[in-house]
Amino acid sequence: MYQEIILDHYRNPVGRLILEPFDVEVHHVNPTCGDEITLRVKIDDGVVTAIGHQGQGCSISQAATSVMTELLEGRTVQQALDVEAGFLALMQSRGEGQPDEDLLEDAVAFSGVSKYPARVKCALLGWMAFKDAALQAVAQSVKDQS
Amino acid sequence: MTSRTPSSVTALDVARIKADFPLLQRTIRDGKRLVYLDSGATSQKPSSVLDAERRFYEMHNAAVHRGAHQLGEEATDAYEGARETIARFIGAQSRDIVFTKNATEAINLVAYSLGNASFSDTVVGQSLSLQPGDRIVVTEMEHHANLIPWQELCRRTGAELAWLGVDDEGRLDLSTVDQIINDRTKVVAFTHQSNVLGTINPVAEIVARARAVRALVVLDACQSAPHMPLDVVELGVDFVTFSGHKMLGPTGIGVLWGRTEILAAMPPFLTGGSMIETVYMDHATYAEPPQRFEAGTPVAAQAVGLAAACDYLTAVGMDKVFDHEHALTSYALEGLASISGLRVIGPNNAVHRGGAVSFLVDDIHAHDVGQVLDDRGVEVRVGHHCAWPLMRRFGIAATTRASFYLYNDFSDVDALVESLDAAKSFFGVK
Repeated sequence: MYQEIILDHYRNPVGRLILEPFDVEVHHVNPTCGDEITLRVKIDDGVVTAIGHQGQGCSISQAATSVMTELLEGRTVQQALDVEAGFLALMQSRGEGQPDEDLLEDAVAFSGVSKYPARVKCALLGWMAFKDAALQAVAQSVKDQS
Repeated sequence: MTSRTPSSVTALDVARIKADFPLLQRTIRDGKRLVYLDSGATSQKPSSVLDAERRFYEMHNAAVHRGAHQLGEEATDAYEGARETIARFIGAQSRDIVFTKNATEAINLVAYSLGNASFSDTVVGQSLSLQPGDRIVVTEMEHHANLIPWQELCRRTGAELAWLGVDDEGRLDLSTVDQIINDRTKVVAFTHQSNVLGTINPVAEIVARARAVRALVVLDACQSAPHMPLDVVELGVDFVTFSGHKMLGPTGIGVLWGRTEILAAMPPFLTGGSMIETVYMDHATYAEPPQRFEAGTPVAAQAVGLAAACDYLTAVGMDKVFDHEHALTSYALEGLASISGLRVIGPNNAVHRGGAVSFLVDDIHAHDVGQVLDDRGVEVRVGHHCAWPLMRRFGIAATTRASFYLYNDFSDVDALVESLDAAKSFFGVK
């Protein structure tokens, strides 16, 4: 489960900062373990230009958020949500999933986590926070335009 | 790393005890020896408990306290016999034993009954009522089950919640007990033994203060009833709650013990069948305790299973169980102290302390510690242990907790310590 790439991201996380300026901030908690994340996104013209996150959690949650940040920055919101959907499906596969490496890139390292149901929520903490933030940002921009 | 010589020998023949527990014969994670150190969450069950439940279903199953057929009589005898066994186990009378779904429900039963009494127009209800300005006192080390029911009771009645703090060692801070348990205090609810810290709280001292202000005392004995001799008369409290599954019994059953005269004055919590005296279309009157608090079809098989668990523990001897766990705890604390960068959250010695040992390992999150231990067959609990405010008190998010029971031995503690060394190497922590 602990692929080297996971441990690397855990030790040197990408995007672990208080992002300024930003469009949306969300705070998510994993109530079963108490891990939490505060995540900010900056979205310009439908593109995720920056993600910043702070919080506390295990190596899996920290590394998953770090890999996600690296993977999603620079993509359109739609592309980012497609990757998120692919990652979610992989995590829910109970070890049976065939990860799409073209889509998920480094995030395929988390395949092993899906064999441990108790840890799936750890891997998803940052991803779910991002999805929430991205959808809020989209809703906000729709409102601003109308 | 080699195993150390325990500083004391244990009173129990653990190999023989282990043989009574079918689950402890299995292996874990591809053939590894199972080292079960999570009895604080739930205990494993001996064959005698499983057999008792099975025998009930195979031979005596029928609805309790209903009908007039032979099976009904046998089921009722089994259920009420179980009540007597469980009462004897804690030095109580069977009429003061109420069966609930679990300890959480037992605490809620008391909280809701007091709440119902507060809105009752009967004299009986008013004697237990809470008014705005009254106070309920808990502690900072409570399990959510002994905190949230009281928060909610405060919200419903306008009473205020106050709490005794916890010091850095994980003991209750009683320096301000006289101010916190003040004249307006109606209920003092606290845990006998912390499920996180292992701390055994000074019951007599708290009871003395509660008595001085005529407050009711509710003792959460979830972590003590399974692990030490308990006598409700000696404890001097008004209510004791505990769960079956943490003391070798089945899930689905908890116990509330209450003082006869207080139970008699309490209005019901859950209502429906079994708990009535007479019923009309527009009102009903209620049965005497304990039936008043046992609405619905009783948990007969679970009660029989729990009674078998009490019999098992009684045969071993609760004083021996306590001594054994005390020896394991001392041994574990010594072993953990040898690991650099490891900090025990809770008392560092085995004085007034039970066998739940929580700790942090520098630079490794508890979940990661638990994962590496699990890969080596060592099953511990990680997280906030349903005591989130206590985690906040220590400025932490989660701990790893090992908890011991009568079927653990010194080699289980060695496996824990060795696995922690392995976790440190794995994550590159010196």
